[in-house]
Amino acid sequence: MNIDVRLPIGLMFLIIGLILAVFGLISDPALYKKSLNININLLWGIFQVLFGILMLSMSLISAKNTRKKQANN
Amino acid sequence: MNTIALTKLDYSILCIYFVFVLGIGWALKKFMKTSEDFLISGRSIPAWVAGLAFISANLGAQEVIGMAASGAKYGIATSHFYWIGAIPAMAFVGIFMMPFYYGSKARSVPEYLKLRFDEKTRAFNAISFAVMTVFSSGISMYALAKLFETLFNWNFDFSIIISGIIVLVYIFLGGLTSAIYNEVLQFFLIVLGFLPLVILGLIDVGGWSGLQAKLASVATHHGYEAGAWTESWRHMTSTKANPMGVEWFGLVMGLGFVLSFGYWCTDFLVVQRAMAANSMSAARRTPLIAAFPKMLFPFLVILPGMIAMALTAGSSTSGFSLPQKDGEYDYNMAIPLMLAHYFPTGMLGIGITALMASFMSGMAGNVTAFNTVWTYDIYQSYIKPGQSDKHYLTVGRVTTIVGVILSIWAAYFAAKFNNIMDVLQLVFSFINAPLFATFLLGMFWKRTTGHAAFTGLVFGTIAAGLNHGLTMPESASSLVKGGWLIALFSQGPISEKVLHVYPSEMALNFWGAIFAWTTCFIVTILVSLVTKRKKTDEELGGLVYSLTPVPKDEHLPWYKRPGPLGVVVLVAALILNIIFW
Repeated sequence: MNIDVRLPIGLMFLIIGLILAVFGLISDPALYKKSLNININLLWGIFQVLFGILMLSMSLISAKNTRKKQANN
Repeated sequence: MNTIALTKLDYSILCIYFVFVLGIGWALKKFMKTSEDFLISGRSIPAWVAGLAFISANLGAQEVIGMAASGAKYGIATSHFYWIGAIPAMAFVGIFMMPFYYGSKARSVPEYLKLRFDEKTRAFNAISFAVMTVFSSGISMYALAKLFETLFNWNFDFSIIISGIIVLVYIFLGGLTSAIYNEVLQFFLIVLGFLPLVILGLIDVGGWSGLQAKLASVATHHGYEAGAWTESWRHMTSTKANPMGVEWFGLVMGLGFVLSFGYWCTDFLVVQRAMAANSMSAARRTPLIAAFPKMLFPFLVILPGMIAMALTAGSSTSGFSLPQKDGEYDYNMAIPLMLAHYFPTGMLGIGITALMASFMSGMAGNVTAFNTVWTYDIYQSYIKPGQSDKHYLTVGRVTTIVGVILSIWAAYFAAKFNNIMDVLQLVFSFINAPLFATFLLGMFWKRTTGHAAFTGLVFGTIAAGLNHGLTMPESASSLVKGGWLIALFSQGPISEKVLHVYPSEMALNFWGAIFAWTTCFIVTILVSLVTKRKKTDEELGGLVYSLTPVPKDEHLPWYKRPGPLGVVVLVAALILNIIFW
């Protein structure tokens, strides 16, 4: 199949992570009383963004390599 | 119980997930040209994708909800479902069985049985498997709808229809590949959705030592030794010493050997993912790659249940308590209520989406396996053979619709049980338990005949049914849990008339599996000795160990070779067992 599954995965976590992190920045700190006063939205949002970027870059690198191989052939 | 309020933010995250799930199906649509593209992914999936799909297909409702429920009810001993009840079997199927599944060019597990034995063995397996997948998928669906009704006051029918339609659409468009890709997406979503829950929960209870201290009071309160909830093996000496009501022999033989090998080595739902891999080497590595995250799952799904129990025990200070249902805790609520307890809006959306993803991956796994078995093993074999491939592609698509409709119907069967896991164990013990004996003999003893395989399977399944019908677990509340044969032919209370009363449902299931396997094993050997094999040695090449050249992999680095990988997997599982002994 010609679709790299890392592409949609990376994209989805990038989008959701961004939304979560931004919401974490602007939301009322009182919201985080239940999560033991840890701003879990901001922290985990950033983590998801990083994970999304990792997946996307892996997918782009492997696409580049495939193109190179095809060019060499 | 109060319902949990979700905000627009939570619903937006859920919707983004739906868009991606459907988008994957839509993007794959143009690649679905033949029935093999649709039903077996054209054997094109890389090993790591197949590996993650391999566990994700099994990561349905029974895993996330059921394992957390068991974690709360039985403690760390639930890890036996992983470290003894999954990892060894996953190593075995990768190293020893995949060469025959993949090498035989069979498109499904029933088709392997046809190539190795005969038509009737295939039919028996294909039909029983088709029924089982429909029920498993139905259980997923029912559990989802019921849970979302209780938690968010969602309309029951709406949940069923929306989850059914989404699964239907993405499989209808992109076939098995779509299901596999989505399973990988779901895998990451589940891990990233539940990991913060475990972290927050552990911080709250004071780490592992804090959890141990809190659960010690739970254990002593129930009349067990203090470590019964936090030590996995020490209390397996007798059925009275642990809340599971099992002892080590029944556990190791029933769960660790028969049920586990029966599931991971012969269940087409998981085996299908490995058979879709792009090479023999990738197919053999699939279950081994899957074994690594699998052995870490107890921390993701069992720990939240244990934490929920610890919080419930100290509910006056923690402000968290599992709800009551029929006089005991409603353990299935452990995960959802923990999500609501620790996650603010936003993160709660992720948790709910992860939960939704786990239900959908379980459902989709069953639907795709059902599709392939129905189209190739039932329709193409018995109903309409010799049609064009285009015809079977259409049948595969139509079967997706039929499969989802049947699942909805089956959803109501799950209603009677308190713990979803027990239902599945029950079904598996009837059908899957004898099956592993058939495969073991079929793959490694070339003398095994078709008549023998079939007779063995029938007797094995009957043995499981008899055990279930003639014995019962302690304090059984309904005949679905045991003793139905006795009740059928006598009146009054059955507890005095049954042949044996097991200390728990789990013990009954484990021993039923042992009886079924042993019966099938012995009957198959005996019948093989008195019947003649119809297949020649040439026909059995690639299907039986002694007639198949061993796949060569010396040229690959060690981490790509099944043997060394398998050893690493087993040693790691052993270490985990020792740490939590």
